[in-house]
Amino acid sequence: MVYSAEKLSEEKVFKDPVHRYVHVRDRVIWDLIGTKEFQRLRRIKQLGTTFLTFHGAEHSRFNHSLGVYEIVRRMIDDVFAGRPAWNDEDRLLTLCAALLHDLGHGPFSHAFEKVFDFDHEEFTRAIILGDTEVNQVLTRVSPDFPQKVAEVIGKTSEKKLIVSMISSQIDADRMDYLQRDAYFTGVSYGQFDMERILRVMRPREDQVVIKKSGMHAVEDYIMSRYQMYWQVYFHPVSRSAEVILTKILHRAKELFKKNYTFKYEPIHFISIFHEIVTLEDYLKLDEAVIMYYFQIWQEEEDPILSDLCRRFVNRNLFKYAEFDPAKEYKKLAELTTLFVKAGIDPDYYLVVDSSSDLPYDFYRPGEEEERLPIHLLMKNGELRELSRESEIVDSISGKRRTDHKLYYPADFLEDESNHSAVKKQIRALLD
Amino acid sequence: MLKDHAKLMQAIMVSGEIIGRKKLQKMIYIAKKMDFPFQERFQFHFYGPYSEELTTRVEELCNMGFLNEVKEKKGGYYQYRYTLTESGKEFLSLNEVDMPFLKECFNDMNDQNARFLELVSTVLYFDNLPKDEVASKVFTLKSSQRYTETEIDEAYAYIEMLKGKTGQPVA
Repeated sequence: MVYSAEKLSEEKVFKDPVHRYVHVRDRVIWDLIGTKEFQRLRRIKQLGTTFLTFHGAEHSRFNHSLGVYEIVRRMIDDVFAGRPAWNDEDRLLTLCAALLHDLGHGPFSHAFEKVFDFDHEEFTRAIILGDTEVNQVLTRVSPDFPQKVAEVIGKTSEKKLIVSMISSQIDADRMDYLQRDAYFTGVSYGQFDMERILRVMRPREDQVVIKKSGMHAVEDYIMSRYQMYWQVYFHPVSRSAEVILTKILHRAKELFKKNYTFKYEPIHFISIFHEIVTLEDYLKLDEAVIMYYFQIWQEEEDPILSDLCRRFVNRNLFKYAEFDPAKEYKKLAELTTLFVKAGIDPDYYLVVDSSSDLPYDFYRPGEEEERLPIHLLMKNGELRELSRESEIVDSISGKRRTDHKLYYPADFLEDESNHSAVKKQIRALLD
Repeated sequence: MLKDHAKLMQAIMVSGEIIGRKKLQKMIYIAKKMDFPFQERFQFHFYGPYSEELTTRVEELCNMGFLNEVKEKKGGYYQYRYTLTESGKEFLSLNEVDMPFLKECFNDMNDQNARFLELVSTVLYFDNLPKDEVASKVFTLKSSQRYTETEIDEAYAYIEMLKGKTGQPVA
C-alpha cells in the first residue's frame, strides 16, 4: 500500500479535555506526531504569559495542534465527504496542514517576534521544507508534498478552500483555541456550539460558507471570540507580564551589543543576538530554556536585567494606569523626564501598551476587500456577509473599541529612600 | 513611545489623503519591503498581504482623534478616506520620526490605483521566487483580478523605480 493511504492497524486516540478524543488512523499523521519537531510543541505554552493571570493556562501548542487536526478531520469525514465541492484527494494535505500549522512557533513567540523580528510562519515553512524529521515524513508521501503543505499553511496555496478551513474568520484554528483557552483558563466565555457549526459548514470552490440556518450558532462563536479577546487575551495583568518579558529580551540584546560580559554565557541567544538564527538553533529554543536564562539572569550585575528577571520569575509585575494618548501624550513626555530625574530608565520602566500590540483580533466584516469575511449561504444560493444578516454581529463588529495602558513599577515609585520629591511628583501624575 | 503610531501618521501626512483601506494596507506593506521602518506584521490573505495590526492601529488613531476617517458609499461598497486631524498634526510635530524619502515614495504610491498596488505587493511578497514563478502565483492566486503579463512587467519596473527613490540597489 502506498504510504499516503496507509492506515494504522488500530485507530489511536488521544484523550482530550476539549474534544473528548482525538482520533488518528492515518500512518502519516501518526508519524508526524512522533517527530521531534512536533514533540517540541509540548514545551511551548499556547498562551505565553497568560498563566501568570489564569493559573490553569499551562496548556501547550501540542494540545492545540492536535485539536485543530481533530476539528478538520471531523469537518472532512463527517460533513464534507461526498459533497461536490470537496475533493477527497485533498484529505491528507488538509489534515497535515492542520496538524502542522503552528509548528514554527517559538517560546513566548509574540515577544520574541517583536524584539528579534522573527516570523513564526517563516520558521514553520523552514521546518517543513528543511532537513527535519517532519520533512522526511512528508517527502515519503511525494517529493512535492512538503511544498504543498507549506503553501496551505502560508495561505499561498491555490487550494483556497483548504486554506479557509485552517485559516479564516471561522476556522478550525480559532474554534479550537477559543474552547481550549476557555477550558484551561477556567472562564465561561469561550463556549459555543461547535458541533452545530460543523454541521452547517458547506465547502465551496474557494471558501467554507455557513448555511443561513446556522447563523445563531455562529453568532455565539463571534460573541465568544469577542469576550475572550477582552477578558482573557487582553487581560491587563497578562499584558504586564508580556511587557516585562519584552523588556528583558530588549535589555539582554542591548547588553550583548554593548559587549557586556554575562556571568554565564547565553549560548542559546548568541545567534539570535547576531541576527543569524539557523533552523538548528531555533529548534533548540523552548520555554524551559528561556526560563533557565531568566533564572540565572537574576544574578547578573546589570541592575535592569536582574530586576526585570526577578519580576518575571516571581510575578512581581508592573502596575498599570488607563492611558488616553490623545489627551495625555504631553503628560507622558513629562513622566518620561521625571523618570530620568528619579534614576529610573523610562525605556524599560515606563511603557505604553496598546490593543494593536496584541496578536488576537475580533470579527470585522472586511469591507472593501481587505480580507475574507464569514459568508452565509442563503436558501436561494446567494452569499451574504454575516453582519448584514445578524444584528448581534453587526452591533459588535461595527463598533471600534481600542485600549491603551501605561505600565510602571509601583514599588520603585513608593521607595522614598532616594529621589523622594520627584517620585512624589510622578505618583501624583499617575494617580 | 507610540513611535509606531507616529510613523503611520507621518505616512498619511506626507500623502495628504489616502483613499481606501486596501490602498493604505498595500502602501504600508510596499514601504516596509522598501526598508521603511514600519513594524506592522503582514500575512498573506485572500486579497494579498494584510496586517491586522495595521487595521487596529488605524482604528486606534481614529479613536484618539489623530486620524480622520470618512466613510462614503461607492457603488456596492463603502470606501474610507484618511487624513490627519489638527491634533494629529500637533502630536506629530512633537513626535516626528525621521524617515528619509518617505514623501517621495508615498506620493508616488498614492498616485497609483489600489488594484496595481495589490499586484505590486503580491510580487514583493514572493520576491524570493524567480519572475516566471511569481507570474504563475499571480495568475493562480489572483485569478479574479485578471492581471496581464504586461501589468506584471509594470509591477517589476515600478518596484525598481521605488528602490531607486529610496536609494536601495536596483536590479
